[in-house]
Amino acid sequence: MRALPAAIRPLAVRAYTATTAAGIGRDALLAALRDERSALRANDFGPTPLPTWIGRVEGLEDAPLPPALSGWDCRNHRLAWLGLDADGFLQAVSAARERHGAARIALVLGTSTSSIGETEAAYATLDADGRFAPEQRRPQVHTLHALGLFVAEALGLGGPCLTVSTACSSSAKVFASAERLLRLGLCDAALVGGVDTLCGNVLFGFNALQLVSPEPCRPFDAERNGISLGEGAGFALLERDDGGMAGLQLLGYGEASDAHHMSSPHPEGLGAERALDDALARAGLGPERIDYLNLHGTASAKNDEVEAALVQRRFPPALHASSTKGITGHTLGAAGIVEAAVCLLALEHGLKPGTVGAQTLDPACGPQIRLHTASGPVRVAASDSFGFGGNNGVLVFGRGGAVR
Amino acid sequence: MTRLPTLFIDGIGFWSPALPGWAAARPALRGEPFEPAAARRPAPALLPPAERRRAPDTVALALEVAAEAVAASGHDPAELPSVFTSAYGDLGLLDNLCSTLAAQPTLVSPTKFHNSVHNAASGYWTIGTGCHASSGALSAYSRSFAAGLLEAATQCVADHTPVLLVAYDGPAVGALASAAASEGLLAAALLLAPKRGASSRWSLQLALQSPSPSTPALRSAAAHALARNAMADALPVCEVLARGSADDIALPLSAATGLQLAFTPLA
Repeated sequence: MRALPAAIRPLAVRAYTATTAAGIGRDALLAALRDERSALRANDFGPTPLPTWIGRVEGLEDAPLPPALSGWDCRNHRLAWLGLDADGFLQAVSAARERHGAARIALVLGTSTSSIGETEAAYATLDADGRFAPEQRRPQVHTLHALGLFVAEALGLGGPCLTVSTACSSSAKVFASAERLLRLGLCDAALVGGVDTLCGNVLFGFNALQLVSPEPCRPFDAERNGISLGEGAGFALLERDDGGMAGLQLLGYGEASDAHHMSSPHPEGLGAERALDDALARAGLGPERIDYLNLHGTASAKNDEVEAALVQRRFPPALHASSTKGITGHTLGAAGIVEAAVCLLALEHGLKPGTVGAQTLDPACGPQIRLHTASGPVRVAASDSFGFGGNNGVLVFGRGGAVR
Repeated sequence: MTRLPTLFIDGIGFWSPALPGWAAARPALRGEPFEPAAARRPAPALLPPAERRRAPDTVALALEVAAEAVAASGHDPAELPSVFTSAYGDLGLLDNLCSTLAAQPTLVSPTKFHNSVHNAASGYWTIGTGCHASSGALSAYSRSFAAGLLEAATQCVADHTPVLLVAYDGPAVGALASAAASEGLLAAALLLAPKRGASSRWSLQLALQSPSPSTPALRSAAAHALARNAMADALPVCEVLARGSADDIALPLSAATGLQLAFTPLA
């Protein structure tokens, strides 16, 4: 019998923000959740768009970086900047830097694409010797950690800085890394989050795996036939809770592996369930305490089948669970943070989103998976993020004072 | 200055084409004369025979050193959380994918795509060992070993569990070589433990320091020959472990932070 992790002290979520196809910042995402409004569009990305639907962030082409940061220019950094500049987040980070000192702010960001779209663009403009054009010879852009380097420089952060890249669980796992750094006193605040952008690798790669739908995705629908890819940026500022116990909190997290296959989930959801168990153990809560569960719910045949079975066997019927990828699309490396933001909005506003895009739920779904948005107190919200390589993350958030 | 509780090193892995394995690497990294091997790439037993040939070079590298460190430690790999770190992942795959996208995007290979995720090695390791514990995949550019060591050490302390750290990078090829600098194959692995056990060979004290230190100078010709690999920030630690004496080194980690590392060999 495996020993479960010990309960952790909650962390304070001092600030958070998310920018997706639904718009810039929390209010835009909240409105889309309330209105049950998909922000997906027919694919218009790139020179030869595949016939699919995407969650594209409007206006990045007209949103260059500030002049001092222009050397970092690429779509991923433009989206990162747009995302950081929303909801007073930059000011919250600045205040934390004043409070603690730049070297005491950790930066842990998740991404699967980073700026690979810019590398793709460089490959389309090679010089006569088959090398990058001079203006593209930017080593700190053409690398996975580019996002971390960019944000660290742009925000003047000097503490431990790393990129987590575990496909679709990336920006869920960042919360786990940050919790450990904070608990062990290796930093006094942590900026976590993630950014992924639409690019050829992702569109044509998922297409090659036959995982992409030609229509807007229908998570948990009986007729679902694949995912809609999206892009997004999200961030949260975490600190050790000073005992004030008001406000939003990270209560727990779990990380586990399927040990099954690189691109399909364990048929019994073994890794997903283990991540759930660990998240609940760290939160010190049973599954019956979850008021809202944001599902990974990609609308792939396999993920939704496995996840529906997991929810059915581990949660009481009263749980309200849904996938919000019908609104934003699957934002891949940013899915963890975007859907954490959905959970935090749920806690703040007493809102339990439905599953936009689904019409008739798969009969394999239990009573927990809901089509429509509902209102009511949300004290604890959790989020699933399951990635390629069988890499699973589950997060649990709460409203201070509501739990212990 | 923040210091972690003392950790222990229960196993070490190393691979480069000239030094295929820790036994070969130790004397060379100590500065002794050595006969460089000319291995092409590892053939990790963990992969089934067909995969041993077809898996990307970086996956083969990572699995080889992971297996060596775990075997030396005697720990059960199926129970070990792991941290995989690489500056670039597999640059050969990246070059192939970007070239294909520039020419004929619908010809992108599904296998190459799912092998190009940064956690490919982590995925193959957990699948091969049947390990359901947490596995992470990180990058911190030229500080990827330092970042990986910090992440592995914090997990080791925070969850009071042994943790496997695997660090690897391969060469930049094709057009990407004009913007990404890495040569050859290099991988190293450490099995960190929260308490001293029968296989513990070193104790390690880790602290953060500010400002960030400068990169420690390499002392052996063997390490210098590997210094242009993107995982070169692993080499100072490998040299300390090869020399076998107590030593303190500092590794740059980020803009204003470094890792202070104090290694003590155990009798």
